[in-house]
Amino acid sequence: MSESLELSDREPLHGYQLRVVQEVLLALLAQSGAHAYELRARLALALGPLADALNEGQVYVTLGRLEKSGLIRSERVDRMDRRDRRVYELTEAGRERVLAWFEDVSWPKPAPAEFHLKLVAAAAAGLADPVRIVDRQRHELLSGLREAQRAALGERTGAVAGLLLEGVLLRLQADLRWLEACARFWSAAKDRP
Amino acid sequence: MTAPTVMRTSVVSARGLLKEYGSGPARVRAVRGVDVDVAAGESVAIIGPSGCGKSTLLYLLGGLERPTAGSLRLADRRLERLAEAQLARLRRHAVGFVFQAFHLVDELTAAENVELPMLLAGRSPHQARERACVLLRSVGLADRAGHLPSALSGGQRQRVAIARALANEPTVVLADEPTGNLDSEATTDVLRLFEQLRADGQTLVLVTHDERVAATADRLLTMRDGVLVDETRLTGGSSRSLGAITGLEE
Repeated sequence: MSESLELSDREPLHGYQLRVVQEVLLALLAQSGAHAYELRARLALALGPLADALNEGQVYVTLGRLEKSGLIRSERVDRMDRRDRRVYELTEAGRERVLAWFEDVSWPKPAPAEFHLKLVAAAAAGLADPVRIVDRQRHELLSGLREAQRAALGERTGAVAGLLLEGVLLRLQADLRWLEACARFWSAAKDRP
Repeated sequence: MTAPTVMRTSVVSARGLLKEYGSGPARVRAVRGVDVDVAAGESVAIIGPSGCGKSTLLYLLGGLERPTAGSLRLADRRLERLAEAQLARLRRHAVGFVFQAFHLVDELTAAENVELPMLLAGRSPHQARERACVLLRSVGLADRAGHLPSALSGGQRQRVAIARALANEPTVVLADEPTGNLDSEATTDVLRLFEQLRADGQTLVLVTHDERVAATADRLLTMRDGVLVDETRLTGGSSRSLGAITGLEE
C-alpha cells in the first residue's frame, strides 16, 4: 500500500510504472465502458497469479487521475446491487492516447550498465568483492526465477497469463547468464596481477 | 553406528571427491576435490557451464564411475569398499538415473522399459507389470504403455525414463540435463514431474546448465572448473517480488 501511495505521488507519465497502469487501464476501456471492478477482472484474467501483485487501490487512484486529465469520463448508474456504481468510458482524447500507445515502441530497459559499473567500482576501490556481489545478485534472481517457475507450472497449458510468466522466465534467465559471465570475469580478474 | 548425525541424515555424502582422466600432460582433472551432502527428501541442483565437471560429479555420486580419490557414502554404504558386483546391486536398488538422451531400450515398449529394472532387481513379472502401470499413469502416459520409444515424442520418452528411474523406489534420483533434448513445452511437462517428485519428498539431485531447471530445486550448487564455488538455498519469495520482476510494480 505504501508503495502505491508513493507511486501515485509521482508526476503522471514520468514513472514508468504509473504510465503503464494508466495506458493499460485506458486500453482496457477501449473494448467497452466498464465499472472499476470489471476492469480489475479484465486485468486479473490477463495477469493470472501476477494479479495479486497489483494494488487494488491503484486502479481507483489511476482512474481518478485519468478522469482529471480528461482521458476518461464517468457516469453514475443506478444499480441497487452495487456500491460501485460508476461506469467509466474513454473520451476522444483517451482513445487517441490508447492508439498512440499501441504504436509506441519504447521498451523497459533492464539496465545492466549500473550493475556493471558497481562491479568495476567495487573492484577498483577494493571495498567489496565483485564476485560476492555477483553471487548475491544471482541468489536474488534465482529465487525470483523459482517463484516465476512455480507460478508458470501452476498455469494450465495455453492460459494467456502463462505467456507473461514465460516472458518473466526468459528475461531472468538472460540476466542470470550475464551474471555468470560477470562471475567468470571477476573470478579470473582476482587471479590476474 | 558411530557416525555423526549429519552423516546419518545424509543419503549422499561425499568428501574430497577427485576424478582425473588420462595421465601426464594429457591429464584432465574433471572433479577437483568436492564435498557434498544431500539430505533425505532434499532436492539439489548442480548448475554450471558445459565442461565444468558436473556430469562427472553426478556419475561419481551415483556410483557409475569411481573417483580417483575421495570417499563417498550412498544409502549408508561406503562405495569405495564395494566390489563391482555389489556396486551394481546398490545402483540398481538405491539410484534412479535420468539421462539427457533418455537411454531407453528401443526394442522394448514403454511399459517393458519401466519393468526392466524391477525384473533385474528380482521382482516378479506380475508385480513389475502392475507397478509399471502405476508409474506410467503418474507420468501421464497410461495410454502409451504399449508404444515403442520410436513412437513417442522426446518429452514422452523422458517421462518414461523418469518412471523407469522410480521403478525400484530409489533412495535418490539423479538426473543429468533431463531437459537438454526437449522443447519448451516438453520441458514444462518434465519440470512439473520433478516438482511433483520434490513435493512427494523424493531425494533428487540434478545437474543442468539451464537456470529454469535448476530453479525447481531447494538448494543450488554452482560448479566451475571442477569445484563447487557457490551454494544457495532457494526461497520462494512472495508474489510481491514477482510483481516487481514483471514490471507490474517497482
